[in-house]
Amino acid sequence: MEYFLQQVINGLQIGFVYALIALGYTMVYGIVRLINFAHGDVFMIGAFIGLYAVERYQWPLTAVFVSAVVGCTILAVLIEQLAYRPLRHAPKIASLITAIGVSLFLEYFTSLRQVFGPNFYSFPRPFAVVSWNWHGILVTNIQAVIFFVTVFCLLLLQFIVFRTKMGRAMRAVSFDYVTAGLMGVNVNMVISFTFGLGAALAGVGGVLYGIAYPQVNTFMGFMPGLKAFTAAVLGGIGNIPGAVLGALIMGQSETMVSAYVSSAYRDGIAFVILILVLLWKPTGILGTPRTEKV
Amino acid sequence: MMLEIRGLTKHFGGIRAVDGVDLHLGEGELVGLIGPNGSGKTTVFNLVTGIYRADAGSVTLKGENLVGLPPHRINRLGVARTFQNIRLFRNLTVMDNVRIAHHSHLGYGPVAALCRTGRFYNGEKELNGIVEVFLSIFSLQNRKNDIAGSLSYGDQRKLEIARALASKPEVLLLDEPAAGMNPYEVGRLMEFILAIRDRFRISILLIEHQMRLVMGICERLAVMDFGQVIARGLPSEIRENRKVIEAYLGEDVAIE
Amino acid sequence: MRLLRNLIKTFVAYAFLAGSISLLAGGGVVNPYWVQILELACIVAISAQGLNIIYGHTGLFSLGHAAFYGIGAYTAAYLMKMYGGQSQAAFLAALLAGGGAAAAVACLIGLPTLRLTSDYLGIATLGFGIIMKVVFDSADRFLPELGGARGMTGIAKMTTVPWVVFFLLASLLVVRNMIHSSYGRAILSIREDEIAAETMGIDTFQYKMVGFVTGCTFAGVAGGLYAHLYAFLHPSNFDFFKSIDILVIVVLGGLGNMSGTLVASFGWIFLLEGLRVVLPPGYVELRWVLIPVLLIVTMLLRPQGIFGTREFPFLRGKVYR
Repeated sequence: MEYFLQQVINGLQIGFVYALIALGYTMVYGIVRLINFAHGDVFMIGAFIGLYAVERYQWPLTAVFVSAVVGCTILAVLIEQLAYRPLRHAPKIASLITAIGVSLFLEYFTSLRQVFGPNFYSFPRPFAVVSWNWHGILVTNIQAVIFFVTVFCLLLLQFIVFRTKMGRAMRAVSFDYVTAGLMGVNVNMVISFTFGLGAALAGVGGVLYGIAYPQVNTFMGFMPGLKAFTAAVLGGIGNIPGAVLGALIMGQSETMVSAYVSSAYRDGIAFVILILVLLWKPTGILGTPRTEKV
Repeated sequence: MMLEIRGLTKHFGGIRAVDGVDLHLGEGELVGLIGPNGSGKTTVFNLVTGIYRADAGSVTLKGENLVGLPPHRINRLGVARTFQNIRLFRNLTVMDNVRIAHHSHLGYGPVAALCRTGRFYNGEKELNGIVEVFLSIFSLQNRKNDIAGSLSYGDQRKLEIARALASKPEVLLLDEPAAGMNPYEVGRLMEFILAIRDRFRISILLIEHQMRLVMGICERLAVMDFGQVIARGLPSEIRENRKVIEAYLGEDVAIE
Repeated sequence: MRLLRNLIKTFVAYAFLAGSISLLAGGGVVNPYWVQILELACIVAISAQGLNIIYGHTGLFSLGHAAFYGIGAYTAAYLMKMYGGQSQAAFLAALLAGGGAAAAVACLIGLPTLRLTSDYLGIATLGFGIIMKVVFDSADRFLPELGGARGMTGIAKMTTVPWVVFFLLASLLVVRNMIHSSYGRAILSIREDEIAAETMGIDTFQYKMVGFVTGCTFAGVAGGLYAHLYAFLHPSNFDFFKSIDILVIVVLGGLGNMSGTLVASFGWIFLLEGLRVVLPPGYVELRWVLIPVLLIVTMLLRPQGIFGTREFPFLRGKVYR
């Protein structure tokens, strides 16, 4: 029983990180219907900014998060304006291929020796690790940080999306961007903002990931990115609570499979669940069914 | 009886889009289905052609049940339609649009196609003849190699009718065939509709807002409002019907 | 009569292509390294024609094409290794079995998933691709000969120029003859408008299956050829990026364009290998920095693909009188 609960805690830890990445996928998809393959790499950049901030400059933890957020936001807005905006009215697949191009570019460009380099780099702990033992279940202060930071981000996001003017504009654009434009919403601005907001969350996720699994590499964004996207689809893409739910399910399932079956199947289980869920609910757990008007 | 609809009902959420509709279409008849926007006319078409599944009621074609069948089976049994918001195969040629509709009546098998045997060439030749027939009815034969999406609006509507006919239906459902056409084109369309009815001996049910067309060619009319049929009869009777006038113009105006 | 004439034409084209390349290679005009690249390009072209049927013609968004390539590769390699020896007839049988295995799995996967729409189908096939990668990685647990994550060795080098040219030509003929027939037009109508196709009597689910399974079969056969080209298989040869490679080729060539897919396959492989040669030593890692940039620029300039809708004469549809 302790073992099981311990796995639940471990699953929550990775699930929260997935959730932070998944939100960016789901918001961007909700607004421009693009699978932003480069999002996982923005997460990777966030982790590297964190690495430099902690190791080289030894900034305080808050400054580490802020720098990753700022860096990722700027990067994502640049990517959106340079690579995706010109293709907004082209066939969707052109944007998707471009997104893949951006992703490959970020991975391989940063792995050049002159940039970050191709190796695995250990991520120094920004604070001393303390662990509490509660009836045989181990909880670390790293997990506490992940939990509180993620919950704080989710509350902030909820506030932005549902309580601010920009949030209302985002929801309007995601519902129908042509009409939103006619109603005076600055669609370009909203799209850039959404990319930036998603990237900011991914930046936080990158730093948390670095702290928890203390190793970074320029290709580290691929698998978490893919799984976070899968989580977003699982929960119902375009749906914010859905992305979090999907990410938590994903975190639990892969931790459980590693613990009870074999870690060799860890990467597979997430997708088995995804396919099964899609067959049961084709638009995800919390997704609204789409009916085509005939 | 060609097509018989009894007690047809469909809900969307809490809304009864179609609520106990009875309609029938005799052999060779031309019947109009009219009513204000949102009264459920197109939903009736979608239910008959199997795009939506009815919650209650029956639809039969020459006594054979259609409810629950997939759309392609319903088409093969003899029901073809056009769409209110034109749904052509836009990136394919005019000719391909017509040929695809004839696929269920194809004269060669997949092996003949892959190996290009004699049957394949003969079958394709035969198809070309069919294309010629249906396109010439609507004077579209000169556009047969053009991309369907490049046709004018009116021509696209005609091509949709030609495509529907190429699937060899016994019942043709036309959803606002005259929408967006100018008065001259509407006049021509009326001739076309009468001509194809006589030439292919089919029964036609049509939804239309242009009263000139409806009153001009339909033998009987049914009027829908809020998912129900509120009146039926000859065009001359419908014109005088108080309920119909109220449905279209509102109660206040109707009281004179 | 026309059948006979078509057969002769095809045979002459085959003999000319296979003969001339073999002669150039045998005479030492083209070095063996480039011959191998050419063979790889032909194999990739077969697989790409398969994805072109699935995505370009049928309109089914598949992000898991490499999984079927891998299924074909492992099936053919396993059968050859266990039972085939060096026999050419056995090789042909193994290739067909590879295609058959891919087709069978495609049926199983397609039955439930092809009801999903566009992006959801894409993500489901992506998931299937990742699952298959995990399966290949741990394949040695149930069949030690497959090697699992260490890779599979001991495969005979059976793939030659005549074999790849034969299958490339065959795949082109199959796609062309299918697409320019009523069956192919039924498939295209699904891409254009599924609801309209249904109401015009096309059993769209059946033809989606036809398109999907045919395309996956191509990938399976290509996988078998690939296995016997380098005589070594590794699960990373069939990961997500390999699916993306093929997708990039199909999109660059112009969706649904057979000629474009053909040219883009050769262009892509020769670009990858060419850059390896052109870049000065020590800068080879720049390859994957330059390629994405090239990809992005191409998409920005020509989002509809390099070829658009034009086809080579022998791949065009004709009107028969």
